[in-house]
Amino acid sequence: MVSHSDDTQKLSLKRVLRDERFWKIAFQVITALVVLLLIAFFIGNLNANLTRRGTAFGFNFMRNPAGFSIGESAIRYLPNDPYWKALLVGFSNTFTLVVAGIALTTVVGVAAGVASFSQNWLLYKLSRVYVGLVRNVPLLLQLFFWYFAVYSNLPRPENQISFVGIVYLNNRGVYIPWPATAQLALFGVGVVIVGAIAAFFLWQWHLKIRVATATGGKPQLYGLIGLGVLVAAIVVFGLNWRIPEEVEGGGVVGGLRLSREYVASLSALVFYTSAFVAEIVRAGIQSVSKGQWEAARSLGLPAPSVMRLVVFPQAMRVIIPPLNSEYMNLTKNSSLAFAVAFPEIYSIANTTFNQTGRPVEVFLVLMATYLVMCLIITLVMNQLNRAVQFKER
Amino acid sequence: MKKWGFLGLAAALTLAACGGSTDTASDGGPGTSGGASRLQTVLSRGQLICGVDGGIPGFSFVDESGAYSGLDVEVCRAVAAALFDDPNAVEFRRLDSTERFTALSGGEVDMLSRNTTWTISRDTSVGMEFAPTTFYDGQGMMVRVDSGITDLEDFAGRAVCVETGTTTELNLTDQMRRLGVEFEPVVFQDADAAYAAYDEGRCEGITSDKSQLIARRSTLPNPDEHTLLEVTMSKEPLGPLTVNNDSAWFDVVKWVTFGLIQAEEFGITSENVEEFLGSDDPNIARFLGEEGTLGTDMGLPNDFMYRVVTHVGNYGEIYERNLGSESEFNLERGLNDLWTNGGLLYAPPFR
Amino acid sequence: MTTTTSGSFSAGPPAGAKIGPIAWARKHLFSDWFNSLLTLIIVSVLGFAGFRLITWAFIQAQWLLIPNNIGLLMSGTYPSNQYWRIWTLLGVVCTLAGLSWGIIARNLSRLFSPWVLGGIAVVSAFFVVFPATRPSSMILLPMVAIVAVMAWVGRLVGRKLAIAGQLISLLWFVSYFVALWLIGGGLGLRTISTNDWGGLVLTLFTAISGIALSFPLGMILALGRRSELPVVRWLATAYIELVRGVPLVALLFMGQVMIPLFLPEGARPDRVVRAIIALSLFSAAYLAENVRAGLQAVPRGQQEAAASLGLNTPLTLTLIVLPQALKIAIPAIVGQFISLFQDTTLLAIVGLAELLGMGRSVLANPAYLGRYAEMYLFLGIIYWVFCYAMSLGSRKLEQKLNTTH
Repeated sequence: MVSHSDDTQKLSLKRVLRDERFWKIAFQVITALVVLLLIAFFIGNLNANLTRRGTAFGFNFMRNPAGFSIGESAIRYLPNDPYWKALLVGFSNTFTLVVAGIALTTVVGVAAGVASFSQNWLLYKLSRVYVGLVRNVPLLLQLFFWYFAVYSNLPRPENQISFVGIVYLNNRGVYIPWPATAQLALFGVGVVIVGAIAAFFLWQWHLKIRVATATGGKPQLYGLIGLGVLVAAIVVFGLNWRIPEEVEGGGVVGGLRLSREYVASLSALVFYTSAFVAEIVRAGIQSVSKGQWEAARSLGLPAPSVMRLVVFPQAMRVIIPPLNSEYMNLTKNSSLAFAVAFPEIYSIANTTFNQTGRPVEVFLVLMATYLVMCLIITLVMNQLNRAVQFKER
Repeated sequence: MKKWGFLGLAAALTLAACGGSTDTASDGGPGTSGGASRLQTVLSRGQLICGVDGGIPGFSFVDESGAYSGLDVEVCRAVAAALFDDPNAVEFRRLDSTERFTALSGGEVDMLSRNTTWTISRDTSVGMEFAPTTFYDGQGMMVRVDSGITDLEDFAGRAVCVETGTTTELNLTDQMRRLGVEFEPVVFQDADAAYAAYDEGRCEGITSDKSQLIARRSTLPNPDEHTLLEVTMSKEPLGPLTVNNDSAWFDVVKWVTFGLIQAEEFGITSENVEEFLGSDDPNIARFLGEEGTLGTDMGLPNDFMYRVVTHVGNYGEIYERNLGSESEFNLERGLNDLWTNGGLLYAPPFR
Repeated sequence: MTTTTSGSFSAGPPAGAKIGPIAWARKHLFSDWFNSLLTLIIVSVLGFAGFRLITWAFIQAQWLLIPNNIGLLMSGTYPSNQYWRIWTLLGVVCTLAGLSWGIIARNLSRLFSPWVLGGIAVVSAFFVVFPATRPSSMILLPMVAIVAVMAWVGRLVGRKLAIAGQLISLLWFVSYFVALWLIGGGLGLRTISTNDWGGLVLTLFTAISGIALSFPLGMILALGRRSELPVVRWLATAYIELVRGVPLVALLFMGQVMIPLFLPEGARPDRVVRAIIALSLFSAAYLAENVRAGLQAVPRGQQEAAASLGLNTPLTLTLIVLPQALKIAIPAIVGQFISLFQDTTLLAIVGLAELLGMGRSVLANPAYLGRYAEMYLFLGIIYWVFCYAMSLGSRKLEQKLNTTH
């Protein structure tokens, strides 16, 4: 640190060199220059190389027909559709995988995390062993294991397994009941989401009254039950479910077929990520100070209520930030599904690159897609995080 | 505190040192010599680097001891024998279908001998140079005998396993579009996974080059349960290739390949090649380098074909050893016979 | 699920000794009807699964593919007449491992406690009995002996020599280059191209190189992101967030295809090098975030105190802040190393025959078609052992650092 008291001294080189401010600016300028030069060097080489190969940078190729077919798709796609449509199909497949993955991971991970506080020694041990085993084995290996060693043992369509005639399992995949049209399915999802939000607020309202009056809040509780019944009724009867039916000689018609690739990828992703979520939940619960447990119990709350009303809400504050990064990991890891032939975005991008020889453009599209997905998850989780933070009084 | 300072230093040093190791490692690989032919690079290296698949029994396959075998592999060995009089002076590099061309054009390998179909776009826009075809193939479809499938129309609503990055994927789509059949492609990154998935019944059919299908069929648990459909979806001439604009090196690969065919036409085998030395037939004398300067004109020793035949044998021997009667596949010669026997193999004159 | 939880705050493993087994079972397994039901369900499911697993493992499974291909799985297509180089390397690593163990444990009263002796016996017996390692047991057993002897030597040296710790770190550092030389050749040894590196050797090599490269890079990025210089901060933040937003497969793909495009014509680094670059660049962004969390946990007073002592910014960072931050961040950093180790499996899909890739190519061999479960279980155990050892090591390191302060 240089003393600035001696203002009369002439501005000399020595003084400048001693001044930390000079170095700060110089350092930044040098860093910026080096990075810029590097980027210029890379871009220059890239241009030269691409020109030499006759594939100048540009996205016009996206309008050319793709020419390959895609096994499964949430949106309609034909082989002579353009590349951008094929990539869109890949994105839709990734999206379905990620959404289902996040939902299931939350359920399984929280269950496994909470189970590690169980009084039942076996359940406790089971949860610990699960976490210790799964976290230490690479996801890709687990993915291959699920696809080739687990789901390949399912019977062929001729002697498929059926669960009460509603769900069918064979080595092609899993067949589940599904609303008759995509619009109805979306409608169903919407109803559930709206119902869940309404239920959340009703519950908050109920708790508020409950805290204030100790006995009130009954109407809200009945409202909650009514809401549940209503949503359940709409979901069960309003969506015109198509139940899969067995065909003579094997195979299934109707319902929704989840391909084996999808199911195996989903299983591996959920199984793997849940172990990390379980650890996060466990750490979150442990972070709640012991006094909170004791205070809650001394109030006479039964054990489940202690967890639900006192401990878990506090643990949420610690849980949500790392949970966000686990969800992002799941999103990015979903790209591994291409190794078991699930046509998600990376797989389609890879094929597109093979046929067009345009690695840079394809990579940019891929990067943008994942960045957008991660951004959406972060935004949602930030909202959630804000909702559970301490309300300073 | 001291300890951590040291750790930081060590880390920084590692960074620097690893940067250094990057250079040494890339020195080991083939560098592009500006302007000069790849032939000089290979000769001065004393070893050929050949890109192969490594996962196709009969063409290129790695066994338990890590040794390579197959038709594609022997073509590489023949080139190595011509260059160095040593069929083992070759390093095989396993490449998957998506990276093979970039590996070749980037100079990572000297030549490809990797079940590569000769097409106009690969010859022109991808920038490859195709040596003579060593195997005439066509895309076929393998199904289970008991599936009752007899032609492509039967695939409506059924699944086909296919490997990505290959012409087969596009040919299949084209054929099915022509027939108006809606099918489910299950696209795998590598052939092994595709055959494995077909084997356990994930797909009703698997499509690939017929030779590959036959080779793979013999490796399935019950080969008799699988059959090839009559249909041929495409022409697949497979052969070795080098990169464009290097005719000196391309000539070597091209003429060694032709030489294998010519040797069979002459009836010269690895067993009887000694008897042909000092032959009165000027064609054979030229071929084996006892007359003329066919080899030296190309930048090779004059007896390069003598070396090749001694070490590797002629095309017929290679074929029988890897695909034909001496192999587990027992594949008919068919199109891959000499023109004199009704096949397509025909070498231009050695003169 | 909430119903299964109880108020017991830390239901750790049983206190055991004091209560009898029946009382213990009643307390921990059958405390009420719900717990009893749960126990019964778990026991029956586990029992069924265990029975199936055992019958499968001992009757149906054909384990022969493991011993038959152990060479491929361990070192890929490395020429077998050069195997001695791998063994020498293992000897070097065992020597160093033994020495480190001895030095770290120099203050323990007994180096070879019954537990450790039992462990050594089990490992040795395993090497003799297990079919895959039996042919090499004449080499592996001396390796175990080397570790044990060197541990003893290390303890002696550690007690005499105060700088033994630093010395062993230096030796580890040097050993990396010895390993590079032994595996790759040159300087009198036959050169073995990276094309022939494979199996576990390649996995470990890429993982260790990746860790060694990403660690300093991650530290620089973390410091950059926390820097008060805006340009540096923006650049570091942009890098970290961009890389963290992309899956590793995509980066590896870029490494294999695009790195040559970004370099001058003809410059084409070896593909193992390309993979290591991609792995390190990826991992560094995550490490940076772990280190940053550690940096944030260092009280601001530390920095101010150092500044008031007249230390300049670089010195403050390297001598005062970073050491404390790294110590806090150890669990997260090791966690990142573990995931880097696991991420090396992704090299299998960009065409490098590391352990998983080698396993897959063995499975393509007609003789072993369909033996997925055996192969993947075996590979899973190998990965598990390494990852578990790493997390165990990190816990020990954490404990050690906690007690010294």
